[in-house]
Amino acid sequence: MNKFFTWWKSGAPYIWLNAGAVSISLVVVVGLILMIAAKGMGHFWLSDIVALDYRTSALEDSTKLVGEITGTEFVDAEQYLDSLSPEIKAKAMEKIGDARTVERWLLKTGNREILGRDFRWLDSFWVTNMQKPKDLLMIERVEWGNLYGTLQSVQQAGAQVSSQASRWEEFQTRLQRVDDLRDDIRKLEKGEMSAISFKLEKLRLKGKRLALENKNTPEALKQLGQQEQALYAEYAVYRKELADLYQQIARDSVVIEVMDGQRVTLSMDKIVAAYLPNQMSVLEKLYHYILRFIDFIVADPREANTEGGIFPALFGTVLMVLLMSVIVTPFGVISAIYLREYASQGVMTRLVRIAVNNLAGVPSIVYGVFGLGFFVYFLGGSLDALFYPEAAPAPVFGTPGILWASLTLALLTVPVVIVSTEEGLSRVPRSLREGSLALGATKAETLWKVVLPMVGPSIMTGLILAVARAAGEVAPLMLVGVVKLAPELPMDGNFPFMHLDRKFMHLGFHIYDVGFQSPNVEAARPLVYATSFLLVLVIIILNLSAIVLRNRLREKFKGMEH
Amino acid sequence: MELNTDQLLTKESDSRHPRVAHNLSLANEEISMKTRNLNLYYGEKQALNNINLDIPKNRVTAFIGPSGCGKSTLLRCFNRMNDLVDNCRIEGKILMGDQDIHHPKVNVAELRQKVGMVFQRPNPFPKSIYENVAYGLRLQGINKRYTLDEKVEWALKGAALWDEVKDRLQESGFGLSGGQQQRLVIARCIAIEPSVLLLDEPASALDPISTLKIEELIYTLKADYSIVIVTHNMQQAARVSDYTAFMYLGDMVEFSDTDTLFTNPKKQQTEDYITGRYG
Repeated sequence: MNKFFTWWKSGAPYIWLNAGAVSISLVVVVGLILMIAAKGMGHFWLSDIVALDYRTSALEDSTKLVGEITGTEFVDAEQYLDSLSPEIKAKAMEKIGDARTVERWLLKTGNREILGRDFRWLDSFWVTNMQKPKDLLMIERVEWGNLYGTLQSVQQAGAQVSSQASRWEEFQTRLQRVDDLRDDIRKLEKGEMSAISFKLEKLRLKGKRLALENKNTPEALKQLGQQEQALYAEYAVYRKELADLYQQIARDSVVIEVMDGQRVTLSMDKIVAAYLPNQMSVLEKLYHYILRFIDFIVADPREANTEGGIFPALFGTVLMVLLMSVIVTPFGVISAIYLREYASQGVMTRLVRIAVNNLAGVPSIVYGVFGLGFFVYFLGGSLDALFYPEAAPAPVFGTPGILWASLTLALLTVPVVIVSTEEGLSRVPRSLREGSLALGATKAETLWKVVLPMVGPSIMTGLILAVARAAGEVAPLMLVGVVKLAPELPMDGNFPFMHLDRKFMHLGFHIYDVGFQSPNVEAARPLVYATSFLLVLVIIILNLSAIVLRNRLREKFKGMEH
Repeated sequence: MELNTDQLLTKESDSRHPRVAHNLSLANEEISMKTRNLNLYYGEKQALNNINLDIPKNRVTAFIGPSGCGKSTLLRCFNRMNDLVDNCRIEGKILMGDQDIHHPKVNVAELRQKVGMVFQRPNPFPKSIYENVAYGLRLQGINKRYTLDEKVEWALKGAALWDEVKDRLQESGFGLSGGQQQRLVIARCIAIEPSVLLLDEPASALDPISTLKIEELIYTLKADYSIVIVTHNMQQAARVSDYTAFMYLGDMVEFSDTDTLFTNPKKQQTEDYITGRYG
């Protein structure tokens, strides 16, 4: 008893308690990241394709199915049997015997346009004759999801051009050609043609503006008309080129035999990639795994976001966070300097400080509503009325966009920056300020040259917290600028390169959209995890770079804080 | 009485610092700054009572007295550092030449360029040694590399620091020892060539050897600057100063040349203090 009392008094239990709490937090965080990573990153691995026989509804082992097994679950045998119709139940009871649980597999069958769905739960005991034929092909398509089957022949303009032996090589070379053509089409559409549309729209607005200002003299209109004509002529050339490309890309097709012997002709412009996973070694799979992951990061989404990459969302998230940082830092720092250095420390300052601290606790959706009402409708509307009267009734800034989203998030995070900057300011020793003043510096010079450099690390701390909060915020963004699919990035090659009025995509919203708004939940699930993992990764990278910067600053002022 | 002062002004310290002047008289001195009927209040509390004091040019004037007697407050009046203290109020005049430094036309920043100050704790800026010294010069708009180099070297030599730091001018000022930091701060101060140097217990945070170096520096500097030093240490006052003011509870009790004050004080309070009966 006495020994226990001594141990208790020594403080050791508290140390154990603290260590335990820290360990649990660490385990939870690491576990979370590992779980998301495992579930999301598995999506890019090419698993083997199986061919199997399964019972028909008439209970014969006869339907042939092809696909990837993407999940397994065990159900209680009794419960399972109760859910079956009487005639099936009798057969099933024979098969199961006295096993307590039934194993079920989730088979990704693809071929949605043939089967009507691309996932199917199978009861494992009805599966017979499961094989992994070497020539089974997995084709990623632009639409309708994956296709599984065997390659029969390659055709050019309807005529067969491959022999039995050369079909795979032929397919590969022609697929490469389609890929190159697709790149050309994208370049043409997003580059030259988009630039011309952009210029045409500007000309249209210029014309409207001239009319509004009563400067639409015949000469001016004529000049505009000429410019317009020139652009249209240029556009027509590109249009023809584009039509040409589209014709070329649709030249080839392949004939695929799907699971039950049915033959499908597939135009090659619909194919994104094709693999023979059953023939691949682990190293080859690893190589494709990396390629597919990179593709996920750099490609645009397809099929209502359930396929393809997430580049626009990634880009939008990073750009928005950077914009927010650029806005929030000067705002927060200037406010903190005024509050701490210039404002007289009276009741009013105290009230302001309390208000600032409370701002951090306001639910984020409220900021979204405020952003919509104040930034978008009031500020944006006023900007439109003042500077873009020619665009009316279409809004330019009077509609949600990346600028307003960044401003709203800046507002949301400014208290954090103010509080940590103020803390930093209060830590700068008085003796340093006096030293500077005694050398004939004014207060402003002292702040700028001596105090602010020392507050750098504290500002960075504030910014780190702000970034961590802003990058993960979704709710307010839905009101002030995020969309499911943005046709253009907020940054491109058209002057002035940054288009802050544009709507953008965001990883957080993307997760919500893919996971809960998509028509194909099973197909989207791995993407939800992969996107979450990427979002966490982005936040970690942004934070780490800020932390590295801060530590570098801190190193400089080491030993100063007495 | 005789015994005590003998201990303070030993032969040794005299011979070590031959430049300590004897037989001084305020009447013969050129005056650099003076206060007239100076009263200072912190809120309701009066901290300085009717101070009249002349700071002689190119001499070292020491303020001594027990803690809280107002010697630092008085020192900070000369470059208006008390402006930074909330609800501090000053009555009376402080003259530099004929100019009242509290006159609304006086630019505080310019005044502080003429009246430099060194604080109790070394307070180098979080910059390189070079930039520390160049700070005041840059404030005045001097940015030419050549001029800066020259002035920085001159100031560091003046503060007897050049030989120790000439090879590492771009290193942080924090890397120096306490005594070196204090001399760096002095260099920073003299780089802008003030006419008066205010030293607020410049050696109280330093070890004996660094203290000695600072004191030697003070002897050298007085050829070019009028120096006012606040010190807790009576031996130090006796060693370095030409004139000494004894302050007590905001009053200027006695002010005369250092020899007289320590050997033949006129007031009983002064004698009690320097003989260690209180304080």
